Amino acid sequence: MISPFLIDVAYIVAAVLFVFGLKMLSKADTARRGNQISALGMLIALVATLLYGGMDYTYILAGLVIGGGIGLFGAKTVAMTGMPEMVALFNGTGGVASLLVGWAEFHQSSTEIAAGGMTVFSSFTLGAIFLASLIGGLTFTGSVVAWGKLSGKLPGKPMLFPGQQVFNILLLVIVLAAGIAFSLVGDAGDPLMMAKYDIFLVIVVIGLILGVLAVIGIGGADMPVVIALLNSYSGLAACATGFIIVNKVLIVSGALVGASGLILTTIMCKAMNRSLANVLFSGFGATSGGAGKKNEGEARVITAEDAFLVLEAASSVVIVPGYGMAVAQAQHAVRELGDMLEENGCEVKYAIHPVAGRMPGHMNVLLAEANVPYEQLVEPDDVNPIIEAVDVCLVIGANDVVNPSAREDEDSSIYGMPIINADLARTTFVMKRSLGAGYAGIGNPLFFRENTRMLLGDAKDSVSTLVAEFKQA
Amino acid sequence: MDAQTTVFLLFILMLSVFLGIELISRVPSQLHTPLMSGSNAISGITIVGAVLSLSSGNETMTAILGTAAVACATVNVVGGYLVTDRMLAMFRKKGQGKG
Repeated sequence: MISPFLIDVAYIVAAVLFVFGLKMLSKADTARRGNQISALGMLIALVATLLYGGMDYTYILAGLVIGGGIGLFGAKTVAMTGMPEMVALFNGTGGVASLLVGWAEFHQSSTEIAAGGMTVFSSFTLGAIFLASLIGGLTFTGSVVAWGKLSGKLPGKPMLFPGQQVFNILLLVIVLAAGIAFSLVGDAGDPLMMAKYDIFLVIVVIGLILGVLAVIGIGGADMPVVIALLNSYSGLAACATGFIIVNKVLIVSGALVGASGLILTTIMCKAMNRSLANVLFSGFGATSGGAGKKNEGEARVITAEDAFLVLEAASSVVIVPGYGMAVAQAQHAVRELGDMLEENGCEVKYAIHPVAGRMPGHMNVLLAEANVPYEQLVEPDDVNPIIEAVDVCLVIGANDVVNPSAREDEDSSIYGMPIINADLARTTFVMKRSLGAGYAGIGNPLFFRENTRMLLGDAKDSVSTLVAEFKQA
Repeated sequence: MDAQTTVFLLFILMLSVFLGIELISRVPSQLHTPLMSGSNAISGITIVGAVLSLSSGNETMTAILGTAAVACATVNVVGGYLVTDRMLAMFRKKGQGKG
């Protein structure tokens, strides 16, 4: 046994480490150390908790070994391209853990009351159990659906059924009413008190259903926002759990994650020029209208050999990667091409749109994996002012983030979204599998511009061909 | 829980929310993914609650729920931190060799 005071001190240390960890995570130089510091904080919090004593250590050990094994395996085996769905899945496990803690606490108190014991939760604690279970469950199923969409096991398109919005709101009203009923405290003989366990189960089930319905209607291109938001929710669920067991470190850390996740979500939304409500409720891409003007003209196709000749003569190249690069696993070949161009005396930059890919910063991770130094990775605001002086803009598997409709076509559903102005470069090469529309289902006039050449085929093959040409030269 | 504790906890909550907002407001977009998965790992702090729910002498069902909670939270913590570390290990400056 150790004094509760010392355990509280350890919790303060853990909270401080979380704060410093998050702070350091926001700078490239210190990010890795920041993550390690935050992990140290978690270890301290866990060890301190174990020192409370009076717990069933066999069960705890079993849980730690099973969970640790699964986490270790998942983290070590996932490919960098599969990172978005992995993060979604890990996030879901955090949510379901909060749900289970809420359930365990409630179940224990119910059995003790049934046995004539004295443990009666206050309305406040019951309210916290309600919130932890609802948000935790919603985070869990929402994350699983997000995982399914990101990994291609579920269709990426928004799935909506008629009246879904009304149904969602109805469920929300029911679950809130159930939450209020659940939080009331009365005599043990009261019918409402007798039904308490059933009300709890109703809340859990509705929470799980709400998670599915909330995410299933959102298109794959909006998944970065969804993951960031679910991340925020799992923090809030942990926070609510902190109120159940009156634990300060849970409240502080949960709130930190909840607030930072919300900020990250807002940043994502701004990058797409859409409100959060629009992302959550519109079923982007499924709704009619907003497809914008018909694209006119003919796309000009170029071969890799001809593209090489242009690239060889170029003195500045901006590479714009997108989800297509991730799908084709082309990041290593792209880096090789970048190196070749640099050796050839050309200035190479990688312009990365904040929402390129399926997760915020997805492209940065992939290019970092391929050893591209992060100084070469620039944001749209850095590259747009100088784009007109760029000889070649090489768009690899990106589409909506370089769609000039966002700037020019007020009827387009992406009008107003900040884009990389690839169309304004002297020459633009677009690597694409075919001439079809992008992930969001919007036509892209960039493909039909005077200065645009389409390099059709698998991105990795095309880039490899270019690299081979450079090697021969 | 008495009223004083409740107010105290809500006070902590309020300050933490503001701190969280301040911490994250200026992050370069290239770090969004590691930041998200790093903060995701922190939300695994619910592991503390999971461990505490396993007081000895609890009913079997409670113990099962608690064990499952510990396992799930551990997946979140271990997986979250490792995956973030793997990503960040790849971020390097120009001239630094392969790590």
